[in-house]
Order: sequence, then structure tokens, then C-alpha cells
Amino acid sequence: MQLTEQLAQYVLSGFSTGAIYALIGFGFAIIYNSTSIINFAQGEFVMLGGMLNYFFLTTLKLPLIVAIVLAIIFATASGVLFERLAIRPLKAPTPLSLVIITIGGSILIRGLAMLIWGKDTHSIPSFSGSEPINLAGATILPQHLWIFGITLLVIGINKLFFNYTITGKAMRACACSRKAASLVGIDVKRMVLFSFAISSAMGSMAGIIIAPLTMTAYDVGIMLGLKGFCAAIIGGMSSGFGTVLGGLLLGILESLGAGLISSGYKDAIAFIILLLILFVRPQGLFKKTETERV
Amino acid sequence: MHSRSISVLLSVMLVLTMAGAALAAPPIKIGALFAVTGPASFLGEPERNTAQMVIDEINKSGGVKGRTLQLITYDTQGDATKAVQAATRLIKEDKVVAIIGPSTTGDSMAVIPVVEKAQIPLISCAAGLKITEPVKKWVFKTAQNDSLAVAKIFEHLKKHKLTKVAILTVSDSFGSSGREQLKAQAANYGIQLVVDDTYGPKDTDMTAQLTKIRGSQAQALVCWGTNPGPAVVARNAKQLGLKLPIFMSHGVSSKKFIDLAGDASESIILPSGRVLVADLLPNSDKQKKSLMAFVKDYQKHYKAEGDHFGGHAWDAVMLLKGAIERGGDNAAAIRDQLEKTHGFAGIGGIFSFSPQDHSGLTKDAFVLVEIKHKDWVLVK
Amino acid sequence: MKREIVKFLLFAISVMVAPLIFKGGYLLNVLVFVGIHTMLAVGLNLLLGFAGQISLGQAAFFGLGAYLSGILTTTYSVNPWLAMALAALTVGILAFFIGFPILKLKGHYLAMATLGLGIITYIVFNEAVDLTGGPSGLSGIPNISLGTFVFDSDGKNYYLIWFFTLVTILLSLNLAHSRVGRALRAIHDSEVAARVMGINARLLKVQIFALSAFISTIAGSLYAHTMTFVSPASFGFNFSIELVTMVIIGGLGSIYGSFLGAAILTLLPEVLRAFQDFDIIVYGLILILITMFMPGGLIRGVPTGLTFLLSWLKRSRSANA
Repeated sequence: MQLTEQLAQYVLSGFSTGAIYALIGFGFAIIYNSTSIINFAQGEFVMLGGMLNYFFLTTLKLPLIVAIVLAIIFATASGVLFERLAIRPLKAPTPLSLVIITIGGSILIRGLAMLIWGKDTHSIPSFSGSEPINLAGATILPQHLWIFGITLLVIGINKLFFNYTITGKAMRACACSRKAASLVGIDVKRMVLFSFAISSAMGSMAGIIIAPLTMTAYDVGIMLGLKGFCAAIIGGMSSGFGTVLGGLLLGILESLGAGLISSGYKDAIAFIILLLILFVRPQGLFKKTETERV
Repeated sequence: MHSRSISVLLSVMLVLTMAGAALAAPPIKIGALFAVTGPASFLGEPERNTAQMVIDEINKSGGVKGRTLQLITYDTQGDATKAVQAATRLIKEDKVVAIIGPSTTGDSMAVIPVVEKAQIPLISCAAGLKITEPVKKWVFKTAQNDSLAVAKIFEHLKKHKLTKVAILTVSDSFGSSGREQLKAQAANYGIQLVVDDTYGPKDTDMTAQLTKIRGSQAQALVCWGTNPGPAVVARNAKQLGLKLPIFMSHGVSSKKFIDLAGDASESIILPSGRVLVADLLPNSDKQKKSLMAFVKDYQKHYKAEGDHFGGHAWDAVMLLKGAIERGGDNAAAIRDQLEKTHGFAGIGGIFSFSPQDHSGLTKDAFVLVEIKHKDWVLVK
Repeated sequence: MKREIVKFLLFAISVMVAPLIFKGGYLLNVLVFVGIHTMLAVGLNLLLGFAGQISLGQAAFFGLGAYLSGILTTTYSVNPWLAMALAALTVGILAFFIGFPILKLKGHYLAMATLGLGIITYIVFNEAVDLTGGPSGLSGIPNISLGTFVFDSDGKNYYLIWFFTLVTILLSLNLAHSRVGRALRAIHDSEVAARVMGINARLLKVQIFALSAFISTIAGSLYAHTMTFVSPASFGFNFSIELVTMVIIGGLGSIYGSFLGAAILTLLPEVLRAFQDFDIIVYGLILILITMFMPGGLIRGVPTGLTFLLSWLKRSRSANA
């Protein structure tokens, strides 16, 4: 097995995991861009997507498309519920209280999932079979292609939404300045709701397409959420290619690190990169520097 | 006339029965520490379920020497601090005479000083060799030592002349304990570990480690972990077209593993407690009776497969029952009787304790099984 | 000032007397852990409540104290007191230097950076098997002793730990009522305004970060010698969140509040045992509800709630009269 083939595999595997991180990172970026909130519960929506899909598919035995649509709807509903019940009534939205509330929310959602569906891991069949595909001496699975495809689709839809629709532009306005946005007549509260809805929908979509590969359980959200957040930070919290590149970079570095350096410290790599970025270039690798008004 | 005397007789009987119940001896309190929630819940939950099931059954058939057993279970959440707090509570507040569990080696090592000081017997359900080696006066275990499982695999490898081996272990208590044993015993079987890699308990992609293994000189892969990790390893291996024979640990000896790994589980070999293949055993096997009873019971109670881990709790409770029957409800007497247990055919194996051996099992506690067409087959 | 001294003396006396009431029972063991958690919470409060810097990785310093003490006293047979001093100094200095780049960040970014630090430390505890014993932990850590007097029971450890905790509380109260304390509060309100007033905000933040780390490391060492066993699971993200919760429940910026928060959160699992698997949900709910309805913590929320209740009762009574 030549080194080049090994490297090709590391890179390709890294690409696949990277796309997953990117998709999850989007969820963080969208909420952050409209509300300046880091939603620590984002990973749980990914988990909900996978678990709900499993529930509808295997327990209720519904056809795949129906299960997927229902899963996304229910996950989005949970996201909206979470915003309504936990975020909106917050009287003093300091960064600390938001961090604590979203962490509390993630614990709650995880606990409910554990009670409803138990602690077991569940496997879901791949969308289109599991025959490995050969690419330059490395292999990926058809499900990986689904992940790439859907990630690109989501970016495309995002770009269209945020740049060409009124609601999208309104949400961007809120991200720039809430006061100014409300002065021009934008219903800021509703934009916050939308951002949570979109974010949880995307998170659950991510969960659904990765579940056939990673299997799903009530606690898969924690690590995925954290890694997705790292991807978003690397990409500068952008709702477009920045986060994608951030995710891919993270995935590839992790994969190379695990293969060439040490597999035990693989997770540490993601967080070391996070720290480096935060120390050296907190606005991310792919964004211009911002200024902060005093 | 007759009906009146009958009702008088019935009332007298009722009063006597109630008086008798009031005068009955208090229940014998047994403590349990299991990791019911948290990262080791796949151990703790079946263990708690099994323990409760067995205690209920014992009580239903009259208890032990006429006294009922009361099980007090606390969740350690797989955290040593909470395990110690719970153990202290069982001993000082609930005043138990014995403790079964904990589920993990880490939790077990944490509570050993507590039970040794309080002089209460502990029957751990964790696999780590160091729990009972060196021997501690008050500590026993029912889970087979991981050293025995390793020996079983290495024996097979040596027989088939596979000397260059890659190991992939999970970085939790179970995996690191296994890794220690794999490294310690390799030389005894003429085996060289050419790759020694790890993965995290929640990792979802092991292709990097497997790519490294594919590029090495390994002739076989030994993966040591518990679900879902090894299932991912199996699937990744299939994806990468890895041609090596794959061996797993007893951590995946459950139907769940086959469910998760799907087609990738074909031809995987692992050591397993006999509970997995209870129906394949010859009737002459001494454990078959207890095994079949356990499997059927658990299925009836919890609608799930009675697995390897629940078996540890089964053994712990039954061993205690035997000790209490012979020695009474005094902690020191229970300990002495436990140590004298000989030839007890349980779920994990046939237990024989002694003052030098508080783990009680030999490598015959394991059988080697292979997965063929999504079912178990005994390996000759 | 006199009030403060009286308050502290009353508190200290109650702490000293408590074991005589809870004679050697299980509750004594719980109170030992309340002591450790109070020390940690007070240390974190200085950073979180006074200086307003979010830290989600406090468990890392606690773990470093525990492991450094554990490793030095087992593998290298160093005297426990010396090991504790070494550990605290090393980690304190390390924290001082890491503090500079980390505390340049604010709000969510700071939260994530400290989170990352915490996770990296946890991974090291877990993976450096040869040094730390890995996931199965490090056992055989000796009890601390003073000459021939060995601290090997709950009763003795109680006094040992609470001695350190009371010292920490005294120091923190002192700090809070000094120029430094006022400077910290100024930074919390508006860092820029504080700077304009001549406060070296950057240096002060780093100093408090290092002090907080120092305190946590000592707590970790004491923990190691009390449990005689440490494993990585106790020093992860979950415990960092628990510590932040303690500070918030008690009340940011209130030293006695941190004791209240620590006591409640240490006793809570005992109360929640009745709920079995539901306890994780109850915990999440508590986090959310306290943050939503009592952002000042219980130490302010309870008196406010009581006054509100009393005045409501008075009003309804006069309305009926």
C-alpha cells in the first residue's frame, strides 16, 4: 500500500467528515448571524433528525421520503418551541445567560430523547446501497456522495435565500444591527424565530443524511455539535463557502492527524485548531476583519 | 350457623397471618452500583434490570431462609466521584450487607478503598484484571477477566500462524484494560503487535486508522471495544476492502453488534460468554440450564435479549444468595462464604473462588464464536 | 465591614460545628464534597461573577491539580504537601501565560476557547495512559498527613478541606471589598470605560484567571488525597458546566452564593435519586428556569421573592379589609 494511496484515503475520508461538519456549522452560523446567539443545542437537532428518521422509518415503517420529511418537520418544530420557550422570554440576554440556557436546552433535549427512545444505538440503511466507490485508489460510500450533494444544495439554497428574498435580507439586516432593523419595520422577533427554524431544519437534515454512516443514538449530538461549531469558527461564521471550507479543512486535518500522527489525540486536533484560530485570527480564515463599536 | 363459624375462622386466620407478617424478619439489604446513565449505560442498564429481575424472583419463591432481599440501586453515571458518594451512602445510610457492581473498571477501582475500609463485600461486574489482582480481602468480581479473552484470541491466532497483529482499541476503561492485556500477553504467543491504534467511544469514522493498518504488515486485526465503535470499524473495514481476518472482543457479544454492522459482520470471530450461544451448547454443558433460564426470563421481563453484561449481575446476585444461605446476613460471614464458593455454574462461567483468587474463572469461561450469515457459530 | 466579619465568623463556626451534629454518617461524606465544590465555585465566581469572564473549562484546572498531585505522590513518591504546592504553582503560572491570549476574547468566543482548553486537557488525561493510568484511572494515591496525623477518614478530611475552603472564602471576601474587587466590577460593567479610568484591565483579568486556576488546582490536590483515586470522567465538560451552574444558581458575584450553589448542586443528586433516569431532565430544566427567572441567583432571588410574596399578602389583606 503506497503512501500516496494512503494519503488519498485520508484526504477523501476527511472530505466526507468535513462535509458533515460544514453542514452542522451552517446551523450555528445562521442563528449567530441573525441573533448573535451561539446555540449550544445545535448538535441536538442533528441528533433529533437522525433519531426521528429512525423512529418513522423503522418503528412506524413509513417509506423513506415520508420519514425524512416528517423528521425534518418535527425537528424544526422542536427548534421553534425551544426558541419560543427558552430564548424569547429571556429578560437579560447576556452572553453568559444565553450560553447557559442553550446548554440547559441541549441537556433537556438529550434527556427527553433518552427517555423516549432509550440509550441504544440504532442503524439505518443507506439511501442507495453500500457498495464502495473507488476514486484514485481510495474508497468512499454512496452515502458520502449524498452528503456532498446535499451540502452543495443547501449552500445554494442558502445563498439564494439570503441574497434574493426579502426575508433573507431582513435576517441579514438583523445580524448587522437589531435596532436599525426594527427601525425600518422588520419584525426582529420573527426573524429570530425564522433563524432557529431554518437552523434546526438544516441540523436535522444533516443528522438524517449522516445517520446511515455513523448510526444514531441519543448522545451523538454533543461531539458533532462541537466540531460543527469549530468548522463555523474557522469559516468565520459565514453562511456560505467560508463554513464549507472551514468544515472540509477541519475534516481533512483530523483525518491526516489520526492517520499520520496519533489516533488517540484526534479530537484534540479539532480543538487545538479552534484555539489557534481564536487566538490568531478570531474572525476566521475566510473573512475580512471586522471592527467593534464601543 | 355454619357460615358464621366459617367467617370467624377466616377472620382469625387473617389476624394470625397479619400478625405473622408483622413479626417477620426485616429484609436483607443489598446495595447495587451501576452506570445506568452516561457513557457506560450499555453496561449498567442491563445489569440493573437483571439484578432487579433476579431479586424479585428470589423473593417470589420465598426469599432466602424466609427473609426477603431488598435491592437498593444507585446510578454512578460512569463517574468515579459519584460512585464513591453512592457507595458511602449505601454503607453508612442504607446499611447494606453487600454491594454488587460497579459496572466499569474505573468506578470499581474508586470504590475499592471505601469497601475495604468499611469491611463490606463487593462483587464487581467490571472486566479489569486489576480489580482482583492483587487480591483484596473484600473485593470479588463476576465479569471474566479481559486477560482470559485475550488469551483465547491469541491462542487461536497462534494456531493459525498469524503472528503480525494490528490492534485497535477504544479509549475508555474497557478498551484500555484490554489493550494492556493485549500488549502484556503478545510475546507469550509469539505475536508481534505491528500497529497499536485507538479510537474514541463516540467516533463515527475509523477509516484513517484502518488505512494505516491496511498499509502495514498486519496479518490480522484485533478490535477491542463495545458497541457502536466496533460496528463502525467493521463497516469501515468493508468499505476499504480490508482483507485481514478481524477479531473482536467480548464487548460486542450481542445480537446488537450484528444489527449495527450488517453484512460487514460476516466472518468476524470473537470470544464470548456462553450466554450468546446457549442454544448451541450440548445438553451436557453444566451451564446450559442457568443460561437458558436467564435468556428466557430476561426476554419475558424486558422484551430484549438477555446479554453478556446482564449475566454479570445475574451471577453476582446468585453468588450472594448462596453466600447468605450458608452464612447468614452478616457482612463478614457473607465474605467468607463467597470465598468458599466452588463450582457454581453461572452465566459468565463456572465460578470457584479461593483466598488467592477472587475472580473465580478460567479461560474456559469463554468460547470462540464466528459470525456466519448474521448468526453465531461455535469455532472448533 | 464589621457586619462582614460577623457574617464570616458565624459561617465559620457553623462549618466547624456541623460534623458534631452529623456524627460520622453519610451526610458527613457529602459535606466533604460540598467543601471541595464550594472552593471551586468561589474560585470560579471571582472570574465569572466579578470579572465577568465566561469560563467553561474550569474542570481542567481541577483535574490538573488532582492528576499532578496524584502522579507526583504515587510514581515519584513526593511528599503530598510539596506536590500540592508544586502543582498549584505550576498550573497558576501556566494559567497566567495562557490567560493573555485567551482573555483577549470576549463573550461566546471566550466561552468556546475555554471549552476547547477543557476538552484538550480531558483528552490528555484520557490518552496519556502511561502517565495518568488512562480511562481506568490512577489509584493508590496516599492520604495527606501532618506529621504522624493521617487524614484518612471523612471526619478528618472534612476539617482539612473546609480549612482551605474557609481560607479561600476569606481571601475572596477580602478581594471583593478591596480596590481590586471594585476594579473587577468596573471591568465587568464596561471594560473600555474601566481602561479609560486607568485600570490595567488586561493584566487584572489575567491575574484573576491565574488566581482562579490556582484555587482550583489546590482543590484538585485535596480531592485526589481524599478519594485516593482519580479518573478522567470526573474532569470533563460536564463538570465544568456543573461548576458554572453552581455559581449561577448561587448568584454571580456573591461569595456566600457560591456556597449555596455548591451545596444545592452537591445535594441535588441525593434528592434526585428518587427520579432515577429523570434526573438529567430535571437538571436541564433547573438550568433553564433559573437563568430565565432568577438571573441574580438564589441569594438575590429568594429574598426578592419573599419580599414580593409578603407585599402581595399585605396588599390582598388590605384590599379585603
